[in-house]
Amino acid sequence: MNSSNSGNVGIVIVSHSPKIAEGAADMVRQMVGSAVPLAWTGGDIDGGLGTNVAGILEAIETAWSPAGVAVLVDLGGAETNSEMAVEMLPEDRRARVVVCNAPVVEGAVIAATESSGGSPLAAVKRSAEEFYA
Amino acid sequence: MHDAHASRPGETPVPLTASAVLVNKVGLHARPSVKLTQCAKGFAAKIELALAAGGPWTDAKSPVKVMRVKAPQGATLHFRVTGPDSKAALAAVLALVHDGFGED
Repeated sequence: MNSSNSGNVGIVIVSHSPKIAEGAADMVRQMVGSAVPLAWTGGDIDGGLGTNVAGILEAIETAWSPAGVAVLVDLGGAETNSEMAVEMLPEDRRARVVVCNAPVVEGAVIAATESSGGSPLAAVKRSAEEFYA
Repeated sequence: MHDAHASRPGETPVPLTASAVLVNKVGLHARPSVKLTQCAKGFAAKIELALAAGGPWTDAKSPVKVMRVKAPQGATLHFRVTGPDSKAALAAVLALVHDGFGED
């Protein structure tokens, strides 16, 4: 878990594997720098492969920014649990968190790059999703 | 942000152009692309790059598009910059390329 204080859009990485999530976060930090709030989460509550809503909520909290948070996910449960986590957020925050339809590693780096330039949440999401465009 | 200064009355947006050879080993791969787009985003000017003087032009502020150019070491990067701070923007991106993005 690492964060950074700034007005830039926060990035949350959600993978079934904590190693993938942490490794993707390392790539973001090394390639993009520390101007972007960043958090990662991975694994189920028993420490196995999977994702859990509480962990995702915590990561969103860690990476929170007034500009919003972009969530990058890997497969199935990561996406549905992330959507569930977003629904559980206070109403004023809910609209400022988006789950991106992008590959988790590449999307995280690109989203963070976009965010580091001060782009708004919609632009960060759009940029990450360019991978599938 | 885009085209904010493109059609101001009485001002003809003549683009500034220049080129630089990619000296770093990996060319314009992931990390250099990120550095270039971060640099480009620091300016209001519209910044585009291409592998030939006639284009096709790629938005230098889009990391995905810049990576897709797949410019190798030794390639000549052409820049086309339009906007109020185009001079400074062009100098900054050229310096970054000349410097090999701070890599080998």
